[in-house]
Formats: sequence, C-alpha cells, structure tokens
Amino acid sequence: MDVAFIIETIAKIVVILLIFSALAGLGTYFERKVLAFMQRRLGPMHVGPFGLLQVAADGIKLFTKEDIIPQNVVKPIFKIAPVITAATAFMASAAIPFWPQFTVMGYTVHPIVADINVGILYVLGVMAIGLYGPLLGGMASANKWSLISAARSAAIFISYEVITGLALLAPLMMVGSLSLVDINNYQAGGITNWIVWSQPVAFVLFWIAAFAETGRTPFHLVANDHEIIDGFGTEYSGMRWGLFFIGEYANMFFISFVIAIVFLGGFGDGTFAGAFQLILKVAFFFFFFLWTRAAWPDVRPDQLMWLCWKVLMPIAVLNVVVTGIVMMF
Amino acid sequence: MHHEEVFTDRNVSEHSAYYYVDIENYPVTGWDKFKQVVKRAAKGELFVGLWVVMREMIKFDIHTVQYPKEKLPIGPRYRAVHKLLRLWESGYERCIGCGLCEKICISDCIRMDTRIDENSRKEVTEYSINLGRCIFCGYCAEVCPELAIVHGGRYENGSEQRAHFVIKDDMLTPLDLLTAGEQSEYPGFGAIIPGSDASVKKTPLAY
Ligand code: SF4
Ligand code: SF4
Repeated sequence: MDVAFIIETIAKIVVILLIFSALAGLGTYFERKVLAFMQRRLGPMHVGPFGLLQVAADGIKLFTKEDIIPQNVVKPIFKIAPVITAATAFMASAAIPFWPQFTVMGYTVHPIVADINVGILYVLGVMAIGLYGPLLGGMASANKWSLISAARSAAIFISYEVITGLALLAPLMMVGSLSLVDINNYQAGGITNWIVWSQPVAFVLFWIAAFAETGRTPFHLVANDHEIIDGFGTEYSGMRWGLFFIGEYANMFFISFVIAIVFLGGFGDGTFAGAFQLILKVAFFFFFFLWTRAAWPDVRPDQLMWLCWKVLMPIAVLNVVVTGIVMMF
Repeated sequence: MHHEEVFTDRNVSEHSAYYYVDIENYPVTGWDKFKQVVKRAAKGELFVGLWVVMREMIKFDIHTVQYPKEKLPIGPRYRAVHKLLRLWESGYERCIGCGLCEKICISDCIRMDTRIDENSRKEVTEYSINLGRCIFCGYCAEVCPELAIVHGGRYENGSEQRAHFVIKDDMLTPLDLLTAGEQSEYPGFGAIIPGSDASVKKTPLAY
C-alpha cells in the first residue's frame, strides 16, 4: 500500500467527516425552518441573518455544556452509546460514492473512501449496528422511558431490517453486484434505466424502511417526545446528546444517498450534470423526511410491527419471487 | 408602548364554525383492520396531509409575532401593573387616602400611610403594592372612588428588582408627563362610561 493512497484516503475521510458534520448541523436548521414554514411559523430568526447562526449557537451550547453522568447508570455503556450511533453513521458512508470520479490537475479522485465489492451490504450492516446506540444507551440509562425506548428500538430493528433486505434483494438480483458503483453504472443510460421503473415496489418498500431505519416521523417511536420524553436521549446532555443528533442526521443524509443511488440512477453517467442531479435527488429525499414530519402522525409500535411483518414483508417476498420469475424467462 | 384593541364582538362561540366530526366505528376483526388500511392507503389520505402542509409553506402566510419587535394588542380592560393617576386640572394626586383599596385587596398586598398635611388635606405618604402577592384581580381599581388606582397596560414586568414596579413614585404619573398630556384615562373597571355627563340629572331643588 503506497503512501499516496493512505494520504488520499485520510484526506477523503476528513473531508467527509467535516462536510457531513456540518450538514448535520445545517440539517437541523433546515428542519426547523421547513417545519416552521409548514406550520405558518418563522422558525429561528434571531441569531444571525434569518437565524442562520442558530446552528453555531447550538453547537457552542452542546460543546460547552456540562457532561452529566447520572447516578445508577452503567457508566461505560452509557458513555459509549452515543459514540456508536455517530461512528457507525459515518462508517457506513465509507462505501457510498458521493460523486462521480473527477480529475484535478491530472490526478483522478474517486469520491468514495473504499469501493468494496459488497458495498450496499456493508452500508446497511453498519447502519444497522447504529441501532445499538439507542439500545445500549436506553438500557444503561436507569430510566424507565429510556428502557421503553430501548425495547422499542430492538423491536423496530428486527421488523424493518427484514424489509430493507428483502426490498433490496430484487434490484440486486437484476444488477448482479453489491457494489454501489456497479449499481450506479447499471443505470448510467439515463432516466429510463433507473431501477425505480423496473422495481417500483422495492423502491417504495425501501423508502418506508428508511424511515424506520433513521427513526423519522411516521416511525419516530424510539424517541417519541409525547410518549416517552426523549426515549434513550432522556438522560443525556451536552455533547453526548449531540452525538446522537449528529448520528441521526448523518444517517438521514446517507440513507438518502443510498436510495438515490440504488433506485434513482445515482450520479448517472458521471458527468457534472449527473453529479448535480444526485445532489438534487438527495436533497429531495432529505426534504421528504422533514415534510412527512410536518404532515404525518406517528404510528404505535405495534402498528409498525404489524405493518412490517404482515403487510410489507409479504409484499417484499412476492416482489422478489416475481422478479426472479421475470428474470428466468 | 400601549396597544389597545377595540373588541366589537365578544360572543365568539355564536358565529364560530364548530361542528361534530363523524367518527366511524373502530374495526374489530383483523380483516376489517386490513380493509381499513387498504382503504386509507388507496384514498391517499397521507398525500392529502402532505399537500396541506406544502400548500401552507407555499402560501407563506406566517402568523409569528416577533415578540420584542412586534406586540399583540391587549384588551382595554387588561389588568397589568397598577398606576396611580393625577387630577388633570391641578396635578394633585387623585388618591384621597380613603383606604378602600387597602381594605378590599384580597391578597392583602396594598400598604399605605397617610397624614393630615398643612392644608388639612389628607396626604398619602406611602403607597406600595406587593406584586409578588397581587393576583391582578382588579378589585382595587374597581373600588377606588376617585379613579386614582387603575391598571395600566404594562405587562412586561422584567426588572432587576420587583420593587421597581410597586412603590408610589413608580406608579404615580410624573408631573411633567401630566402636563404633556400623556396620562391616559383608564377605560376598564370603574371608569366613567363615555357620554355619562349627558345622563347626569340635576337634583330638583324641590327636594
Ligand atoms: S389587583 Fe387585586 S390583589 Fe392586586 S392590589 Fe389590587 S386588589 Fe390587591
Ligand atoms: S381606593 Fe383609591 S382613593 Fe382610596 S386609598 Fe385607594 S387609591 Fe386612594
């Protein structure tokens, strides 16, 4: 392994970390603004122009706040849980091609940290580990609400993971590769080649599962304020809570990337226009996360499990079977 | 800053559009539940919800009151921090030291001291209201025969000291403001009804 490769990889990691940490902060700003506008409010207005510096104010607050470790918690687990959420979210990004390859001063840059051949499997696997954050944090907190939240996160986890896997199986059968770059190149022919046209059911199923994966509003059961306070986050404060937050928002961005790359053609043929389109697609999916939060109510945990096991999973299995039959003939 | 809203119609409920919502019976069997889900999914209720919030966002009809910069109007009978008023013509204090307000105050928070001054007038030397106990019931303003103690519209009670609002010097209209005509008459409890002069009947001498 030559030195140039190592330096390049480290540079990429730093850039991704910086960009997506900043985006996570900006994401909260957009979330507040979009939710506010949809509810005829103004949202943050006082810090900086149009409240833009609210993010900085929040950051300062989170960084400088006292790190409280309550009595009776299981200290090592309580401390490590937020790190799991944030770290796995960023680890998952390693196999995501954020941008087509481009050349700067005669040097070709691949904006993907590691183009491994099991890319999508790795991304989903590592994202799934992220659920240990809420689970362990909730169980270690010595708080009933956190415990309920931990139980919910485990229940939701086994429910939606099935849908995610089965929904992705059908498109992967068509592509014949697990690498996200391959999946992207499979659809490079333009809008008609997008997998969403041949696998609309899988697209919708995966999209629904993405809401459970990121714990966004219709499935925001793990930290449902009006039922279980902040769930696993109840006992956390300061930067540890902030890590949960960064992890959640980074996850939203990364899952948006995955949906856009797997189903909506990704960055297409790799031209600048394609890359720009990818950003637009990701922006749309991120916006949709906020949009549903303004519009939809939360379901109950039993309803979510009912939906996953009794409705979505049979549909997903049928989809896989039908895809297989169609591919055979 | 003093905003007052003129309420013309206080009967809100008479003209409002309240109506009962029809709620279907809850499904009992699994098959009924399934049918309900399918029906709701097919009807696209979720998308109606999405459209509603999107419509509001596009219309951008913002209702936020940016409070320190903008303020909502308050009702004319709003009962905020008290004021002691002066007589318009002479500038004397209206309060005659009768002590009715002190007597009626249900939370016992008015304290006053009086003395007979050189002109044999009763003079109020001390007058304070403990705002920590005051419940802003308005009885003091109601009972005052001279319209001396009234409620002002000053509801922003943030201060370094609670005492800033309650001693006589703070409540009493300063003389220079009175001469500048800035003392406003209190239209709330106990105030004279507009046009009441016309309805005063002179006592016939025959009595
Ligand atoms: S408003 Fe009521 S409680 Fe307050 S001083 Fe007047 S009488 Fe007392
Ligand atoms: S009721 Fe009015 S006039 Fe009598 S003491 Fe109180 S403020 Fe003065």
